[in-house]
Amino acid sequence: MNQLKNFTKGFIKENPILVLVLGTCPTLATTSSAINGLGMGIATTFVLIGSNVFVSLLSSLIPDKVRIPAFIVIIASFVTIVDLLMQAYVPSLYETLGIFIPLIVVNCIILGRAEAFASKNNVFSSLIDACGMGLGFTAALGLLGAFRELVGSGSIFGWKFISGDGILVFILAPGAFLALGYLIALVNRIKNHNS
Amino acid sequence: MAKTESSFKNMVISLTLISLIVAAGLGLIYESTKGPIEQSVLNKKIEAIKQVVPEFNNDPYSEMLRVPTGEGDSLDVYPAKMNDNTVGYAVTTYTKNGFSGDISLMVGFKADGSIHNIAVLEQKETPGLGTKMDEPLFKDQFKDKNPAETVIKVKNDGGQIDAITSATISSRAFCEAVQRAYNTLQEGGLK
Repeated sequence: MNQLKNFTKGFIKENPILVLVLGTCPTLATTSSAINGLGMGIATTFVLIGSNVFVSLLSSLIPDKVRIPAFIVIIASFVTIVDLLMQAYVPSLYETLGIFIPLIVVNCIILGRAEAFASKNNVFSSLIDACGMGLGFTAALGLLGAFRELVGSGSIFGWKFISGDGILVFILAPGAFLALGYLIALVNRIKNHNS
Repeated sequence: MAKTESSFKNMVISLTLISLIVAAGLGLIYESTKGPIEQSVLNKKIEAIKQVVPEFNNDPYSEMLRVPTGEGDSLDVYPAKMNDNTVGYAVTTYTKNGFSGDISLMVGFKADGSIHNIAVLEQKETPGLGTKMDEPLFKDQFKDKNPAETVIKVKNDGGQIDAITSATISSRAFCEAVQRAYNTLQEGGLK
């Protein structure tokens, strides 16, 4: 029961993007299409799982005063691993996400989960927490990307169903803010309605 | 397990150990992905060559020429041959005048110097605007045009190319890169 809660809290109750509003920089920048959003979400999830597991494994060995540098070293190495793997095996996705992958290092969600959850909980709970948070992040990014792609270029996952352009502003940076704002409003509305 | 105390010795040891382990792991991953990464970069280039020149049966990649542009640097030129007759050249060209960062193109010329096709190798233009340079609507304007007869410039600048809506700078840069490829071919006496 408790583990299930750990898992599902990442989706709605503590969704990193829609509720905690952490890591918005990569969110706004990479969600210009659904596939980019999902790709970024999955890459972040991988890093999150790796760092959460390692941090909770090593947390009792790491002295408190140097815990942040230690966490960052662990996170940075997982990011580099993702970077290299993507470059090698999914070059087309790497091309569109390329410059944002290294930025996962400074994504607040990852350090936030390491500090707030993984360093205080056991390995299994941390793994579940990372999966939940990662999937919640991925879902939010995918949703945002799908919406922007739909409105901005009239296609979904690259399937175009109107000829010509959509509302261009949604592909550009201002549209990212607008879309995220409305998405957060919608989620809040649903949450209030339920409670 | 008790929490490790934050003494100077413990801090140094734990950070050193973590760094060492992580460095070893990264080295391993780096070594194992090095091959595939090189391969995918190479594949992309070969794929681009195939796209931009008429059908060929030699290995343009191994016959690459480095032709000086006359501006102090040089471009890579891949000759495409069918039974030892040159059918075209694929030229990797660039421009520094993109809207955000350099644009790198692969321009394919037929043996008579007219453009066969163009592939975008690298660009960081605005998504939804400048990135449309890779779409047929814009790119196909160049097909079969010979820069010796056609002015490769956007219409605003007195040329014959329709610029991408709200991406004139990117279109202009694109034209400049194509022109550079053509000039280089001429410079190298390959046309």
